[in-house]
Amino acid sequence: MPSRPTTIAIILAAVLAAGVLLVAGGFAWTWRPAIAPIADNERPPADEQTIRHGAELAAIGYCNSCHQAAEGKPYAGGRAISTPFGTIFSSNITPDAETGIGGWSEAAFQRAMHEGVDRTGRQLYPAFPYDHFTKATDDDVRTLYAFLMSQPPVHSVIRANALEFPLNFRPMVAGWKILFLRETSLQQDDSKSPQWNRGRYLAEGLGHCGGCHTPRNILGAEIKGSAYVGGTAEGWNAPPLNSLAVQKWTIDQITEYLSTGWTRWHGAAAGPMAIVTQSLAQAQSEEVRAIATYIASLSSQTGTAPENATSGDNKQVAKASAEVAAIFSGACSNCHDGRDGIGPSKAVSIALSAAVRQSGSANVVRVIIEGIQPVPGMPGAYMPSFDNVLTDQQIASLADYVRARYTNEPQWKDVRQEIAKMRQ
Amino acid sequence: MPIAINVNDKSHVIYAEPSTPLLYILRNELALHGPRFGCGLGQCGACTVHVDGRPTFSCILPLAAVGERKITTLEGLLEDGKPNKLQQAFIDEQAAQCGYCISGMVMRGQALLRANPSPTDSEIRNYMRPNLCRCGTHAAILRAIKRAATGQEKRS
Repeated sequence: MPSRPTTIAIILAAVLAAGVLLVAGGFAWTWRPAIAPIADNERPPADEQTIRHGAELAAIGYCNSCHQAAEGKPYAGGRAISTPFGTIFSSNITPDAETGIGGWSEAAFQRAMHEGVDRTGRQLYPAFPYDHFTKATDDDVRTLYAFLMSQPPVHSVIRANALEFPLNFRPMVAGWKILFLRETSLQQDDSKSPQWNRGRYLAEGLGHCGGCHTPRNILGAEIKGSAYVGGTAEGWNAPPLNSLAVQKWTIDQITEYLSTGWTRWHGAAAGPMAIVTQSLAQAQSEEVRAIATYIASLSSQTGTAPENATSGDNKQVAKASAEVAAIFSGACSNCHDGRDGIGPSKAVSIALSAAVRQSGSANVVRVIIEGIQPVPGMPGAYMPSFDNVLTDQQIASLADYVRARYTNEPQWKDVRQEIAKMRQ
Repeated sequence: MPIAINVNDKSHVIYAEPSTPLLYILRNELALHGPRFGCGLGQCGACTVHVDGRPTFSCILPLAAVGERKITTLEGLLEDGKPNKLQQAFIDEQAAQCGYCISGMVMRGQALLRANPSPTDSEIRNYMRPNLCRCGTHAAILRAIKRAATGQEKRS
């Protein structure tokens, strides 16, 4: 009979061997070879109609929201994307042979979109939402490829990612995929309209709505059982889509909101959603309406506004100081006056705002501090930044004041914390 | 209720509704006509003043919110009663058509140069973005800021 230490050693060795096998097996399972680079003249020619359609698909996927830096060229990448695991810099997806995807064959592009592997066989981080793009059809990916390859090549070297150990070791992503990536396409649901099916395909696939509106687990994967209950995006609350605030969103309203960034019944898109709507403005209106049809179907839509749009405008907030009431009156009510619903700069009554009803104050704090900036060429809502117009203390009081005046919800507990986050 | 504010290093006691925009107080009570009423909605920048040194739209700043923070208007930039370097650069470059936006442009430009004494062209463009000019004198405005930044002398 062997001695105890030897038994322990054997068990340890067995566990270790099993672990090594599992890891090695995982890598082997997900290992992908390099796909040989191609020259510019080896790409199949694409007709204008295909390229135009590809541009619309790129708009629905708002590729540029990540693949274009603030001062950069379209699709040339370089935008810093902060994740809980560190910062990732988006890649250059222009057809530049050296720094972009110029050497990528269609097969390489299909593999990246569907499996999250680059041309050289490297694992791509799931900040690139291939967990959604994997649902896009080969045809659509081919069309998107034709469009991207028609764009001017931009020579743009992208900075190295700044991820924490061990995530900076790319093969780790292979394990993530085994756990979370399901390369399955959507099955047609014949009980629903073709428009709904189209909308689901776009929203679940290229549109990757769940990327923000579904919460993520500790490993950064969307929690499937909690689809669309609301998540976060760059510090903003991405509101739930399965219980559309307190007011009914009609398909018409969602369509208008998605394609213009504003609807009279709910107000303006802000933060990352503003960028999404700027991109969706370039998509075909039937496609946006299809997405709206699907999104509208996610919620039971039983909720109605507990108070009408103007009631809050006449409500007195008992506990409010004279100072904050004067600040609201002097700084906010000029536009958010509630008369006839729409004030200057397309401001709607705050009673219609979903942000004031959310459980956290992030969006209200952010919109006060950052404002809503107009986009060149897109006449839309505008709100000035109140950064430095008001002190942080005044911004906090104001957030509490609008919460009390326009909702029956309890006071926020995270206002100062959210302001502090903005000041980091 | 009287409200005390500090403008261009002088204290003033104001009797007005606390929700009154600071811009109205500056122009109507203190006769400081540098800041202009453009849109009144925080969109155009004609009313820009400094609040504790940072450029701020005075048309959306209620009197009640000023507190002890120091306000500086175009008039407050004068040095010994004469235009300061940036103001002189605007004159030298003749950086105005109708001139309505210029006070705001000078205030924002001054804040930029304090934070960044030698900005690049694109830094100037970015920083000046909130202030609008309808006449199209942007090129001259950019030149004026550039001139004050690099301290160039008058062109011969």
